[in-house]
Amino acid sequence: MSTGTEPDRTGEVHVTGTGLEAPASATPEVLQRKGSLPRWAPLGILAVTAAVMAGVVVAMGSGVGLWLFFTAVVYAVATYVTSRVVEGARKAADRLVTVVVSTAFLLAMIPLVSVLYTVVIQGWERFDLAFFTNSMRGVVGEGGGALHAIQGTLVITGLAALMSIPVGLLTAIYLVEYGNNSRLARSITFFVDVMTGIPSIVAGLFAYALFALLFGPGVRFGFVGAVALTVLMIPIVVRSTEEMLKIVPNELREASFALGVPKWRTILKVVIPTTAGGIATGITLAIARVIGETAPLLVTVGLATGVNLNPFDGRMATLPVFSYYSYAVPGVPREPFLDRAWTAALVLMLIVMVLNVIARLISKYFAPKTR
Amino acid sequence: MGKSVEAKNLNIYYGSFLAVEGVDMLIKPKTVTALIGPSGCGKSTFLRSINRMHENIPGARVEGRLELDGQDLYGANVDPVGVRRQIGMVFQRPNPFPTMSIYDNVIAGMKLNNSRASRAVLDETVERSLRGANLWNEVKDRLDKPGSGLSGGQQQRLCIARAIAVRPDVLLMDEPCSALDPISTLAIEDLINELKNDYTIVIVTHNMQQAARVSDFTGFFNIEGTGKPGKLVEIDETKTIFSQPSQKATEDYVSGRFG
Repeated sequence: MSTGTEPDRTGEVHVTGTGLEAPASATPEVLQRKGSLPRWAPLGILAVTAAVMAGVVVAMGSGVGLWLFFTAVVYAVATYVTSRVVEGARKAADRLVTVVVSTAFLLAMIPLVSVLYTVVIQGWERFDLAFFTNSMRGVVGEGGGALHAIQGTLVITGLAALMSIPVGLLTAIYLVEYGNNSRLARSITFFVDVMTGIPSIVAGLFAYALFALLFGPGVRFGFVGAVALTVLMIPIVVRSTEEMLKIVPNELREASFALGVPKWRTILKVVIPTTAGGIATGITLAIARVIGETAPLLVTVGLATGVNLNPFDGRMATLPVFSYYSYAVPGVPREPFLDRAWTAALVLMLIVMVLNVIARLISKYFAPKTR
Repeated sequence: MGKSVEAKNLNIYYGSFLAVEGVDMLIKPKTVTALIGPSGCGKSTFLRSINRMHENIPGARVEGRLELDGQDLYGANVDPVGVRRQIGMVFQRPNPFPTMSIYDNVIAGMKLNNSRASRAVLDETVERSLRGANLWNEVKDRLDKPGSGLSGGQQQRLCIARAIAVRPDVLLMDEPCSALDPISTLAIEDLINELKNDYTIVIVTHNMQQAARVSDFTGFFNIEGTGKPGKLVEIDETKTIFSQPSQKATEDYVSGRFG
């Protein structure tokens, strides 16, 4: 140990100890600012990468898909390396994750935008007044419309909603407010979860088999389809309503009980109004979910060419089945049938969109306000 | 208004777990009784058993007698909903109904029970209750605004107004100031002092200065260890409890030598 013979070292220790002459520039390393990339750097790197990769892909003679893939991968690597050199490891990791998340988002958007674009472009051809005022009765080629299918879809989905909303709501209320995690409540939850996962064709076959037993084989009318859709819809309504009821704070129930309000009135006037927006949103989304079902309606309702508003007698046309049939077994000439199929798909999509907008408006309107 | 509450050898269970054991307590009409004690000693459980709120927890039950002016609250033909109409409660965290306006919050007890009171009666009730809760001047111009837009202290006074709007005989308060700042706390404490002219008040508090400031009587609950039942160690006039309690444990607790 030679501490005593090194005056400068002891001197330094002394100064630091008293803090008298601490140098102003001695920022500890953790606090020091590293270099930072200019704001245009990500875009710049992306432009350069895309240009270079375009050259590579042309040289290889490949297509756009490979170019996008290469650009994404090389861009991620280039950003990370550049940032690592200039800005340090922490910011480099931040930039890398940003690139990965953005890429995943764009990847997820591709099919969505693609479907939307295709349906709008293809469906635009027959998106005219005749499509909404004519049925297919007596139409073999050009012209005709889907009035019967639109009405059939609304009637059958409306019936399904009418049956499944009360059952679903009351089931959810039982589970959250009265179930107390009992054996019955747990098994209902379990079977609701199982029912969420059954394929829609199974629901269709169930309804078909049930009514075949009652009315003889080969029976097809709108109500059978509504029953099939109900089987699909109940678990969705139960699930979403249950989640909504669960997030109502228990304090509100207690506040109501403490005022001498009976339990059923507390549920009806405090719990449900508090979360009415959420429940309505869940129900609307459940309707949107079943309105596009094709397979169960194919086996239970079939297809008709004319308007049939009576769900208890005879086959009915529905938009998804109409679209499917027009596309799968078009007549001669093919073109008008394909056009009508796309337009039916477009109309269905618009209905779902309207339902979603309604859901948003409802949840906005019913949401508890604070000012 | 303002009735006495008497517990006679009251045991409170959650399932098979004995949470509070052998409480004997007489709460005189139109007094403020503070319940103090360490966390988990059963004072809130006891408070909630007075208006049968604890029954909302599955498996909760009591043994012994609990009387409101001599009337057994746990009699076979007594409806817990009826008990709660006579014994109001204010909770730890302010909980106004978020879907209702300030006006509707105050008359919630009547509205939710479908009372057919006239508009004039409702107006009178709202003003009386809000004045009673010292909130009238702050909110009289915005009665139609949502209750959840008020500050925490105002919300708690709104909850007190809601509780006294149904004219209960007894008002239970479960740590009503623990979520509030000192100024709001002071407002609530002043309010308690005024309310005891009309109501019997039982307040659970962790703040011993608060107990000393607002209460006429103080009950000290204690627990010997986890898993053991909480017990009422002693109840006496507040000055006695804070100056010369008869039990060593009480003296240790109020002087801060506890645990």
